[in-house]
Amino acid sequence: MAGPLKQFEVNALVPVELGGVDASFTNASLFMVIAVLAITFFLTVSMRRRSLVPGRWQSLAELSYEFIAGMVRDNVGSEGRRYFPFVFSLFMFILFGNMIGLIPYSFTPTSHIIVTFAMAIFVFVGVTIVAIIRHRLHFLSFFLPPGVPVVMAPILIPIEILSYLSRPVSLSIRLFANMMAGHTMLKVFAGFVVPLGIIGGWAPLAVDVALTGFEFLVAFLQAYVFTILTCLYLNDAIHLH
Amino acid sequence: MRTVLTQAALLVAAVGAGTGPALAAGLPQLDASKYPSMVIWLAISFAVLYVLMARVALPRIARVLEERQDRIDDNLGKAASLKAEAETAAEAYEKALADARDQAQEILHETSQRLATTAAKRHAEVAERLTGEIEAAEERIARAKQEALSHVGEMAAGVVGEATAKLLGEAPDEKSVSAALMSTLKGRG
Repeated sequence: MAGPLKQFEVNALVPVELGGVDASFTNASLFMVIAVLAITFFLTVSMRRRSLVPGRWQSLAELSYEFIAGMVRDNVGSEGRRYFPFVFSLFMFILFGNMIGLIPYSFTPTSHIIVTFAMAIFVFVGVTIVAIIRHRLHFLSFFLPPGVPVVMAPILIPIEILSYLSRPVSLSIRLFANMMAGHTMLKVFAGFVVPLGIIGGWAPLAVDVALTGFEFLVAFLQAYVFTILTCLYLNDAIHLH
Repeated sequence: MRTVLTQAALLVAAVGAGTGPALAAGLPQLDASKYPSMVIWLAISFAVLYVLMARVALPRIARVLEERQDRIDDNLGKAASLKAEAETAAEAYEKALADARDQAQEILHETSQRLATTAAKRHAEVAERLTGEIEAAEERIARAKQEALSHVGEMAAGVVGEATAKLLGEAPDEKSVSAALMSTLKGRG
């Protein structure tokens, strides 16, 4: 039987090489593409009728739109409108990645540290660029909160810089660890079902059922956490403190 | 808590899977040889998603939401203008009602005044006429009384003359009769 970590293995489906770099189309790539297609399909097909009074699918699409629009408005303010498409794409990509990964035999791109770290670094660098363009050298005042005695500065500034630099690390590890732990646990308990036989197998099966429900919650929650932290970082970049 | 769960899961995994091939090779997530293709495909798929969202899906949803908001605002505006119209109409109605009431009051007042004047005039006329008639009647009565009274003496004298003639058998002369009558009447007082 396959080990609990086998589900995370990346296998090339179509080997591709670009200038000596391995760019193979793998199962991870496949599920990222599936997520993109599913999101696009969901949002365009549900809005096809453009009803004044929305049906179920249209409500769902409008709800996602208004959920993220509200999040950006509340956490970033009106200047955040420009970044709304990015925040929306980010949320939907993580949410669909997480959710599709819960289907048995599928692959979860967000359970890979390289994927979450790439997204987190992109957010981190992007947010820092926004802050520097907006505030130039004033951006550096971000590392010294206003009202702090000058004596404290030598201690506080390194701490602030360290906490700023640790943002992409915590952002990426949070999502990756949650997804990986959840999927590993599901697989571990699933692995006990058959060996424990018809009498004892029910217990791990019941745990798996409960865990699956729990994992749906985590899948949504982690997408939400990643997105709202992105909004908060954006807010810091635009307004500094 | 989740990190504890992760460690627990890994521990259980290690125990459960024994020396599985996955563990022997370490975590698949740490296999750096796969990183370039993961990042490349992440970039491709996310870029495509971003363009699709920013250019197609989101404007479409925004348009529907905007249309709905416009429709709602429009209807609210229409309702407000209709309400204002209704209020104006109600005001006009109130005003017309008050005017009509005032007018009615005026007419009522005028009429009652006119009626009172007419009644007073008639009353005065009738009273005048009646007074005149009463006066005339009184005058007539006075005259009749006077006339009656003036004849009483003559009649009495006649009666006295005739009575005396019957008693005495001779007619007394008129002067003595009337003188005697006068003195008798005076004595009665």
